[in-house]
Amino acid sequence: MTATLAELKESLKHEEIINCMRCGFCLQACPTYKLSLHEPKSPRGRIALARAVAEGHLTLDQITGPLDQCIGCRACEVACPAGVHYGTILEAARATIVEHKHQGTLEKLVRKVGLKWVLGTPGGIKLGAFGLWFWQVTGLSWLARRTGLVKAVAGKAVAEMEAAMPKVPSPIKRFMGGGSGHVFPAIGEQRAKVGFFTGCIQEITFWKENRDAIALLQNAGCEVLIVPGQGCCGAVHTHTGEEGTSHDQAKRNIAAFEKCQIDYVVNAAGGCGAALKEYKLWLARDPEWAQRAAKFSASCRDISEILLALPPIPMGPRPGRVTLQDSCHMRNVQKLVSEPRKMLARVPALEFVEIGNADSCCGAGGVYNITQPETANAIGKDKAGRVKATGAQELVVTNPPCQLHMRASLMRSGMDKEGVRVVHIATVLRESMDAAKSQKK
Amino acid sequence: MGDAALIQALQGIVGEQHVLHSPADLAAYAVDATPLLRSLPTVVVFPGSTAEVKAILELATAQGVPVIPRGAASNLSGGTIAINAGIMLNMNRMNQIIEIDAANLTATVEPGVTTAQLAREADARGLFYPPDPGSQVISTMGGNVAENAGGLRGLKYGVTRDYVMGLEAVLPNGAVLRTGGKNAKDVAGYDLTRLLVGSEGTLAVITEVTVKLIPKPETKRAALAVFNALEDAARAVARIIESRIIPCTLEIMDQGTIKAVEDFAHVGLPTDAAAVLLIEQDGARAVVDSDIELAGKICREEGARAVSVAATVEEGTKLAEARRFALPALARLRPTCVLEDATVPRSNLAEMIRFINATAKKYNLTICTFGHAGDGNLHPTCPCDERDHEEIERVEHAFAEIFDKALSLGGTITGEHGVGISKQDYLEWKIGEAGVAVSRGIKAAFDPANILNPGKVLPKATRKRLVVRQG
Ligand SMILES: Cc1cc2nc3c(=O)[nH]c(=O)nc-3n(C[C@H](O)[C@H](O)[C@H](O)COP(=O)(O)OP(=O)(O)OC[C@H]3O[C@@H](n4cnc5c(N)ncnc54)[C@H](O)[C@@H]3O)c2cc1C
Repeated sequence: MTATLAELKESLKHEEIINCMRCGFCLQACPTYKLSLHEPKSPRGRIALARAVAEGHLTLDQITGPLDQCIGCRACEVACPAGVHYGTILEAARATIVEHKHQGTLEKLVRKVGLKWVLGTPGGIKLGAFGLWFWQVTGLSWLARRTGLVKAVAGKAVAEMEAAMPKVPSPIKRFMGGGSGHVFPAIGEQRAKVGFFTGCIQEITFWKENRDAIALLQNAGCEVLIVPGQGCCGAVHTHTGEEGTSHDQAKRNIAAFEKCQIDYVVNAAGGCGAALKEYKLWLARDPEWAQRAAKFSASCRDISEILLALPPIPMGPRPGRVTLQDSCHMRNVQKLVSEPRKMLARVPALEFVEIGNADSCCGAGGVYNITQPETANAIGKDKAGRVKATGAQELVVTNPPCQLHMRASLMRSGMDKEGVRVVHIATVLRESMDAAKSQKK
Repeated sequence: MGDAALIQALQGIVGEQHVLHSPADLAAYAVDATPLLRSLPTVVVFPGSTAEVKAILELATAQGVPVIPRGAASNLSGGTIAINAGIMLNMNRMNQIIEIDAANLTATVEPGVTTAQLAREADARGLFYPPDPGSQVISTMGGNVAENAGGLRGLKYGVTRDYVMGLEAVLPNGAVLRTGGKNAKDVAGYDLTRLLVGSEGTLAVITEVTVKLIPKPETKRAALAVFNALEDAARAVARIIESRIIPCTLEIMDQGTIKAVEDFAHVGLPTDAAAVLLIEQDGARAVVDSDIELAGKICREEGARAVSVAATVEEGTKLAEARRFALPALARLRPTCVLEDATVPRSNLAEMIRFINATAKKYNLTICTFGHAGDGNLHPTCPCDERDHEEIERVEHAFAEIFDKALSLGGTITGEHGVGISKQDYLEWKIGEAGVAVSRGIKAAFDPANILNPGKVLPKATRKRLVVRQG
């Protein structure tokens, strides 16, 4: 398919591209630039490439590789003095590429089944959860790992992720623990009604972390409803250029939460939370949805963010040295930097040390560690080394993809054998809360 | 030698993974921080050692291929645009701090080390590398030396030139030159170190830099003064310095800049003020305290309508924030941001700013001015839209008049950003025919084949001066 230059200018958002003044301040913030020292792997370079296409100097094909290399952490937006919305440019470029590119049969299949059918509908997500649990408990996973089947079919990157995947709870356990539509009552005086956004992958693989977050909310005086009819946040779709599908997710979620009487939409996944807060930008040009999206985005809170705003929950000692890796989108998009740190500071006996570059991506980037394993693993390895240097026994994270990727990275570095763990902040806080309760008893 | 053979030869020198040449790669290296310019290199190379630089230059000279040395490409004068194609020579792989010598108070670094990286390492040892270009998080030491970069601390501490003690550089013919060293005193021959400082990549490729460090000042303090009249602010600047106070920063922002900063950052600046001054002093606590108190008093005497003096270092950082927001605020106004650096003797500050404002009005442009009041280095900044060719033409006319005015006040066309291609046609206005002739001679002596950053600095044609000198 060929597009006219005017069409390309429009769909690549040339308007936004030209705000880049090429000062290069983004370079030192960019994980792929720092690794390669190559300009095409920097935000300034990628913007120059998108611009070159919009102005007819290059073709979309020629810039696909360099754009695929971007993790999308958006640390560059924080560094940019001119306030360029790099995320907008990146997502527009990816969507344009997907729209114009000839896709092979396999890619089409993966996009259709994976992104549209499984992650694109609540039913698909449930089916996926069941499939993954079945895979793990029936020993298929073990068998496949032993025989190298996963590696052969899906490649080394997926195989390593698969091995790092925590045990998925059984459908019965998940049903008993409160699934879609379940209401968890507030403990003590009720202060707010919360609609919980579970996230798709999060609710499958990090089900327990979501329950930890919910328990914290209950104890902080929130009635928590797992809003029925919610699906994937749509971030993975924007990252892979599926703009239409991502907007469908946004609309479905907004409609689902609008049906419920709630004060806040709360989540425990920094990346999803960022997407929810950006619905207002995604749908800004849609007259029917713009206002609804703005209202929805304004009601979204990260778990640390809302806990800080509510009266403190009694916390008990949870000893040990920990360090924290920021979720890029929580930090760079939601702009939540001090919040998780302040929450950790409330945990008695916990020794917190900074990793030194918590603001620099761990390499996970949604599905980046599967599409670009070489770069992702190099960055993950560096991060693992830094965790080691802090002497921390635990790496605290605020986003499931970081949790999965860092688990795999620590395994590759052999640090899991030394007892170093990756834990979600909700788990740390919950354990501290539980410690306070058992002290009281 | 065809392009393919050139690429192969370069791969042989640095290794395949350190050579880029796909169309996308070249497009990413077609630009630097200068607005409006774009030109593709033939190939991009990343040498890892002086020996590799030497081999590349020997090849380029033999083949007559242009070589463009490149640091972070943050320069604002087109210095790293490959106007005649050629080899883009990236120095960022050579990014190690070789040594910090506490006994001699020097640091020796590879050219790809960033300014901030050196400043941080020095600071960690209780030492201080003062030059602080606004771009220090990204700019490289090689680029700083090649542009003789300045910064906010120029008035008290000088510029890059004042810290460079020795260099290693490779000449276009491959000869490796070592100049200066760790000696505070050294008059052996011509001062080749200073000749290479500010040479903008046209004479030699810098492969190692030795700079002077100084002890870290004990503390610092800041004050912010708001004025209703530009003249009052300018008089305050002159009187502060007459009173034997040399502040480490003495920055001015005009009304346009104040408005932009306030709209963007809401730091509490009054938008009807004509100017604000940011004054910072560092050194021994007693001296800092008395200097800042006195500077504040002078501002009040000269008619400042408000003066805030920071009680702590943290409060000072907060006051300084207003100035730090100047560029981000202006850069957001319109797609393109033309950032200039006309410079005048400090005593002509008010007249220069008034002239800039009048010129902006004449050409129907927004030009906001901020800058280093203490050393007369101003940054008239024009938010515009490069897609509007007619507007860009007006911008060019306006700046030609501004440069001319700066010269007529005894100032210069560029205080710190360099000549590159942006200012080359104005150079003769400043250094005269004799200056241009001897510069051409120097260029020929270093680079007879004219392969190093060709087409930069030296004028192609001299512009007719647009304005009849006033007064
Ligand atoms: C937002 C912003 C703020 C700025 N603020 C300031 C400021 O306050 N003060 C100031 O002085 N400048 C400032 N600059 C301009 C610029 O950052 C400086 O000129 C800086 O020194 C350039 O360093 P660089 O590493 O980016 O060099 P580049 O831009 O890559 O190169 C600059 C020149 O040096 C040459 N060069 C680079 N490396 C070498 C080498 N190893 N050997 C030989 N030649 C070499 C290049 O050929 C080119 O001519 C600013 C720029 C921006 C975008």
